[in-house]
Amino acid sequence: MGQGPSHSGAADSLLKKRKFRLKEEAIKTILFLCAILSVVTTISIIVVLGKETFPFFQDVPILDFLFGTEWTPLLVPRSFGVLPLVSGTLLIVVGAALIAIPIGLASGIYLAEYASDRVRSVVKPILEILVGIPTVVYGYFAISFVTPLLRVVFPSTNIFNAASASIVVSIMVLPMVASLCDDAIRAVPSSLRQGAYALGATSFEVTTRVVVPASLSGVVASFVLAISRAIGETMAVTLAAGATPNMTLNPLESIQTMTAYIVQVSLGDTPAGSVEYQTIFAVATLLFVITLSMNVIAHRVLRRFREVYE
Amino acid sequence: MISGNLEKRHKIARAFRVLCATVTWASIAVLAVLLAHVSFEGFRWLDLGFLTSFPSRFPEQAGIKSALMGTLWLISFTALFSVPVGVAAAIYLEEYAEDSRVSRFIEVNIANLAGVPSIVYGILGLVIFVRFFALGRSVVAGSLTMSLLILPVIIITAREAIRAVPGSIRQAAFALGTTRWQVVRAHVLPSALPGIMTGVILALSRAIGETAPLVMIGALTYVAFVPEGPMDAFTALPIQIFNWASRPQQEFHQLAAAAIVVLLTVMLLMNAIAVIIRHRTERTR
Amino acid sequence: MNTDVMPEEVHDAMTFEKPILEAENVTIRYVDQPAVRDVSLSIAANKITAIIGPSGCGKSTLLRAFNRMNDFIPEANMSGHILYLGEDLYSKNTDPVEVRRRIGMVFQKPNPFPKSISRNVSWGPSINGYAGESSERVEKSLRKAALWDEVKDRLNDSATGLSGGQQQRLCIARALAMEPEIILMDEPCSALDPVSTSRIEDLMLELKEHYTIVIVTHNMQQAARVSDYTAFLENGNLIEYGETDQVFTRPAQKRTEEYVTGRFG
Ligand SMILES: Nc1ncnc2c1ncn2[C@@H]1O[C@H](COP(=O)(O)OP(=O)(O)OP(=O)(O)O)[C@@H](O)[C@H]1O
Ligand SMILES: [Mg+2]
Repeated sequence: MGQGPSHSGAADSLLKKRKFRLKEEAIKTILFLCAILSVVTTISIIVVLGKETFPFFQDVPILDFLFGTEWTPLLVPRSFGVLPLVSGTLLIVVGAALIAIPIGLASGIYLAEYASDRVRSVVKPILEILVGIPTVVYGYFAISFVTPLLRVVFPSTNIFNAASASIVVSIMVLPMVASLCDDAIRAVPSSLRQGAYALGATSFEVTTRVVVPASLSGVVASFVLAISRAIGETMAVTLAAGATPNMTLNPLESIQTMTAYIVQVSLGDTPAGSVEYQTIFAVATLLFVITLSMNVIAHRVLRRFREVYE
Repeated sequence: MISGNLEKRHKIARAFRVLCATVTWASIAVLAVLLAHVSFEGFRWLDLGFLTSFPSRFPEQAGIKSALMGTLWLISFTALFSVPVGVAAAIYLEEYAEDSRVSRFIEVNIANLAGVPSIVYGILGLVIFVRFFALGRSVVAGSLTMSLLILPVIIITAREAIRAVPGSIRQAAFALGTTRWQVVRAHVLPSALPGIMTGVILALSRAIGETAPLVMIGALTYVAFVPEGPMDAFTALPIQIFNWASRPQQEFHQLAAAAIVVLLTVMLLMNAIAVIIRHRTERTR
Repeated sequence: MNTDVMPEEVHDAMTFEKPILEAENVTIRYVDQPAVRDVSLSIAANKITAIIGPSGCGKSTLLRAFNRMNDFIPEANMSGHILYLGEDLYSKNTDPVEVRRRIGMVFQKPNPFPKSISRNVSWGPSINGYAGESSERVEKSLRKAALWDEVKDRLNDSATGLSGGQQQRLCIARALAMEPEIILMDEPCSALDPVSTSRIEDLMLELKEHYTIVIVTHNMQQAARVSDYTAFLENGNLIEYGETDQVFTRPAQKRTEEYVTGRFG
């Protein structure tokens, strides 16, 4: 009862039709090379930083670098203790986090839980645009607006000071925190909310005891990303916080961050191969390691958060 | 689970709600004040002469011609390098990668690269492009550095756009006896294009404002000419802003403000285009 | 695994003089979980073969194995052989792209490309470098799929503007334009109303003259109406395979009888 195929004879075989599809393979290879470029970039960063950092640590013991409290690489007597730069960075970051985290979370809660759809559809794109404002612009805000204001309130304020930089950095990361918190909170299934409301909880109780805890990993991840961004922030702190490696807790004084130091050296005429030149690689390595660890933490936390709801 | 005075609990709930709303609108107000401040400061200097003059020691004669043209050169070449490579990487990861361990590794790597501070990219550009490949402080060196910086953003957004293309379309195309590239070219890319464009525009608008990497590769030298080719030295808008803002004189701060207004206008326009593209495609879907 | 019930007695395999497709001891697993278990059957050319069975029994999985669509599901792996005119579809030298040119597929949910109606039909042939006037091919395919009269004045409109039934017929036209030997249909009418369904059934009966059709369906009447042979799958096992009349009126297996008469489960 079976018949041959109606058209095209059985003679032309499928088996021998396998052509090596040169074009396909070439395209696939090119695409792969583009994808692997990111790995090459990472390796290049590590090699570039390591190549100058290693010789640096042959001149300067790594412990002296990490735990020294004097940073005067450009003046004699030279001293290579990075702690003043780290503490300067920390001063900025802690200040920025203290402002941006509570406000960002509150805004995220407002957008996700309270704001009407119309408000949200206006505010959310604004946040996304604000995230893109260049950091040099925030540096300008700091020196031309925040610092003069601070000097009115606290006359002892230095022209260059950590507080001003800290404030603009907090304003800078705020939209990001708010937007990411909003995303995380909105990802909480509404069944959870309704369950809590059905138990007779008020909106405050539902939000603070059920919804935010349920979205905690997303919220925490946004904090970590914001902090990591504040650590790597360069232009605002270079413009506003000064160039004085200074171990102080007083935010009204001038300090220097790791990033600002790198900019300072690169603006000068430092001969390649000199110890001064190598310091920027050592500092950049430290910066890279710190921000990388924070990002790894953030992504770990986020991954757990995805597993819960997907 | 909750007991106590209902009246008081309602009050707390209301207060919390008001607090969250106030804080949100207050921070938006702060940003509005800052933006108003910069426009106000810069307004006086904003005229045609400002756009068409070279930087100068005399504030009255200073302008952003070289910076604006430099930014244009920089962004064009950055787009030229980063868009094809970024989209290609996204296509590979979404459509081709079979070994999930390799693609997972690349994925984690890209996510981490997105968090590397831009100044580190600046150091990379300085050592690799400026020195090692001896491109000098040229437009090409700057664009390549910028491209590495925004590639993760482009790849991540392009992947999302590609992932949003329904699998049923791919299946239908494959069932016609077509190869993967044919399917990608004819169906996946056209459908993903609006999403990819949005991501590209947002990434490029980030590149326009990036300053630190350019400072690192030495674009802060005094440049009073418009680049005429990709190997010419250049300056860029954010560099000019940094330069003016770091001087003590008030007039230069105002020049910086004027340049900021130009920079933000350009970025706002790009964002608006991205929003329009997104809006259009949402409507036609 | 407790779900591993074997059929009570091994059925007599249908044998055809010159089967167009032959499955030999095909087992398909998703990761480790088998969805199709040691199935052997042959498909007669220029006939309609229906595959029926309860939801999740592996019908789609088996059907997709016939044109290597399972290649796109990384978790799926297959053992056994599937022969197309005696040639192994899964041998190392076989080009899966070539396989799909000859063995087309129509999916459960209409999935036209978001392009114009005529482009939907002409894309496959043009990408495969088929000779001849493209518009002629479009018209011929649309006529064969009984869609021509409805769309001939709007060939350049987007296909997404068609009704569900029209979209499904467009998908059939799209598959026909490739002039395949076999058309695999996975519940092609499940998203359609009775009128569109009967149009597609009529269409299948017409197409049978030139094509071999394998159809997965949940609709017993449909299987009884259109098919020449019927295979009943349950839990990945081929329980019964025979001429449609016989399967529906005098099934050899008790399970088959229970299923086709609706006393199932
Ligand atoms: N991608 C997949 N990954 C893992 N398991 C799968 C996958 N696709 C299908 N399965 C499983 O394989 C079995 C057979 O699935 P299949 O889709 O072939 O069933 P079916 O007979 O077509 O069902 P229906 O009539 O509901 O379409 C089911 O148990 C299903 O859960
Ligand atoms: Mg199915």
